[in-house]
Amino acid sequence: MSKNNVLIYCELTDNNTVADISLELCTKGRQLATRLQGRLQAAVLGHDAAEAVKSLSPYGVDDIFVADDPRLAPYRTLPHFSVLSKLIGEQQPGIVLFGASSVGRDLAPRISSCLRCGLTADCTALEIGDHTDAKTQKQYKDILLQIRPAFGGNIIATIVTPETLPQMATVREGVMKKEIYDPNYTSTVHNVEVSLNKADDEAVVILSREIEAKRIDIKGAPIIVAGGYGMGSRENFALLHDLAQLIGGSVGATRAAVDAGFCEPERQIGQTGVTVRPKLYIACGISGAVQHRAGMDQSAKIISINTDPDAPINAIADYTIIGDAMTVIPQFMTAYKNNLK
Amino acid sequence: MKELKIVVLAKQVPDTRNVGADAMNADGTVNRAALPTVFNPEDLKALEMALALKESVPGSTVTVITMGPPRAAEIIRDARSRGADDGFVLSDMRFAGADTLATSYALACAISSLGHVDAIFCGRQAIDGDTAQVGPQVAEKLSLPQVAYAESIHEVGDSSLTIVRRLERGSEMVRMQLPALITVTSAAKDCRYPNAHRLLRFYDDEVPLRSADTIGADLERLGLKGSPTKVKKIENVVLAHKDAEQVAATPEALTGLAQTLIKEHIL
Ligand SMILES: Cc1cc2nc3c(=O)[nH]c(=O)nc-3n(C[C@H](O)[C@H](O)[C@H](O)COP(=O)(O)OP(=O)(O)OC[C@H]3O[C@@H](n4cnc5c(N)ncnc54)[C@H](O)[C@@H]3O)c2cc1C
Ligand SMILES: Cc1cc2nc3c(=O)[nH]c(=O)nc-3n(C[C@H](O)[C@H](O)[C@H](O)COP(=O)(O)OP(=O)(O)OC[C@H]3O[C@@H](n4cnc5c(N)ncnc54)[C@H](O)[C@@H]3O)c2cc1C
Repeated sequence: MSKNNVLIYCELTDNNTVADISLELCTKGRQLATRLQGRLQAAVLGHDAAEAVKSLSPYGVDDIFVADDPRLAPYRTLPHFSVLSKLIGEQQPGIVLFGASSVGRDLAPRISSCLRCGLTADCTALEIGDHTDAKTQKQYKDILLQIRPAFGGNIIATIVTPETLPQMATVREGVMKKEIYDPNYTSTVHNVEVSLNKADDEAVVILSREIEAKRIDIKGAPIIVAGGYGMGSRENFALLHDLAQLIGGSVGATRAAVDAGFCEPERQIGQTGVTVRPKLYIACGISGAVQHRAGMDQSAKIISINTDPDAPINAIADYTIIGDAMTVIPQFMTAYKNNLK
Repeated sequence: MKELKIVVLAKQVPDTRNVGADAMNADGTVNRAALPTVFNPEDLKALEMALALKESVPGSTVTVITMGPPRAAEIIRDARSRGADDGFVLSDMRFAGADTLATSYALACAISSLGHVDAIFCGRQAIDGDTAQVGPQVAEKLSLPQVAYAESIHEVGDSSLTIVRRLERGSEMVRMQLPALITVTSAAKDCRYPNAHRLLRFYDDEVPLRSADTIGADLERLGLKGSPTKVKKIENVVLAHKDAEQVAATPEALTGLAQTLIKEHIL
């Protein structure tokens, strides 16, 4: 039944590779489709993207719908909207997922408006489960539970869309894991006919485009040494890089530290930065504002180094060290070196 | 270019940026009374972009629409004191409980009720719901093209705008035909301050409140009834006190910590 199928809208990068966020969604989509005994489907809209299409199979994609047309690359709202809304109408998947990227957040709401179905933004978890409507007592089996922070990260809401299909959600990059499912998985490729009307093609014309290459990427780091405004200066931040190098981690930061110029914006963790879930998070001179915690509170172990015993970060830490980061970090580095086998 | 009829969509939001300890009720719901309300920050930027466009095309007008409780009239007055020509509040219990689909439907009906409109500006995202969905949904309902994440208007052409938009990793310059909808990001220019003279003039001004009946809306598509998304559960992100282990800032204690982490294969 098509309503057990999960469709992923796959974004292409400027180099015509599949964006990480879309591969992460394929991994999640594979789990959901397996649970529902449905097919995992991917839609790739672009031009000359055969390599990208091939790269999807190992993620366990059953059906790949390819729309190839020069007017589909780079991304523009109306051409993608026109092709994708038609495809969803034909395939009628039960679930459609988009990246919460500048592309996905532009396209998904327009699709949901057209199909008159719900859309949950920025989900941090997606699960299949049951739901009973509190008022009508009506029961729904195996629907998508869409879990998202809202209200500036102060609450976590579980949202369901029991009455309309497809169930749609967006997910931020780095929130979910990307994992090869089976290197030899075979997908069926379906070519999608592209018929665009002139008005949709001409409404918005791209005059120029500047895409910066992505340099720093701390998302997948197993250990993160993060610094906040309490580190005091860019020079002091060098100590964090030393510690990170010693223990095989990456350096992250709060927005206050980024704003103060202590490090690059790509290192910002939190609601308006990246989300990380390392096995160890060392927070140095970080107060622990809710917007920051939103991006790191899933870390397996948290160490906080702070001069203030009442800093909110201490409340979610496993180990708290009350002291000046500039003295504690060198001492810890020495202790670590002395204890290596 | 001939004069433009411009609409700005603006939302009054609780200020989630400075959330104190009393901001949440014990049951996990939001204690709205404890939070000051503000003009959604990106909507102020949208207003500025609209006002600048109005100035560059003489004879143009800016109308501000907000959906919310009657007290949302505050932001209409605020917008007028900064230069908007007029505005109204869509206020009706039948709008309550709307998700973004029902919100965008009500706003789109309100815009349609104004007759021809050339440009609609909204914020990229509201700081309470945080979805960034309403803008593109309004555009779809009105069958208008959209440009999201606008940072500046580079050029005003003959029934077109050239816009610089901010992407996650870069930027794009696009030319769009009007009529169209534009969502404005936080990177755009700050809004001008209220003009003292206008501030006094609109201070006590009656702001029209309009009900669902005045915008030709299908009542089935409004509010909770028209909302496919249902909130199943809400959890307050309370600081669940883990039992943190205090480690003294001494070489001995730090050695102990390093040993533990190595033993547990964390380091
Ligand atoms: C809409 C919105 C989105 C936001 N998004 C993000 C986001 O994505 N990420 C983010 O991080 N923030 C974000 N913020 C900002 C956030 O609210 C906080 O302002 C920020 O996280 C604070 O950073 P901080 O902890 O480095 O600084 P501060 O709050 O200034 O804390 C500094 C800490 O350092 C300690 N300290 C001082 N000296 C020392 C020393 N010598 N040794 C050890 N400790 C010391 C202090 O006790 C204090 O706890 C956002 C805010 C808003 C409004
Ligand atoms: C915890 C929680 C989670 C939610 N999650 C979802 C969800 O995932 N999906 C969903 O569909 N709904 C969700 N909602 C409902 C949603 O917040 C409301 O529908 C809200 O009215 C509009 O969404 P927003 O605040 O996200 O606006 P955004 O879409 O972020 O707003 C973008 C722009 O649209 C304009 N705009 C938005 N609202 C108004 C208004 N009332 N008046 C005038 N202009 C406006 C403004 O210009 C604004 O800058 C959630 C609500 C809560 C409380």
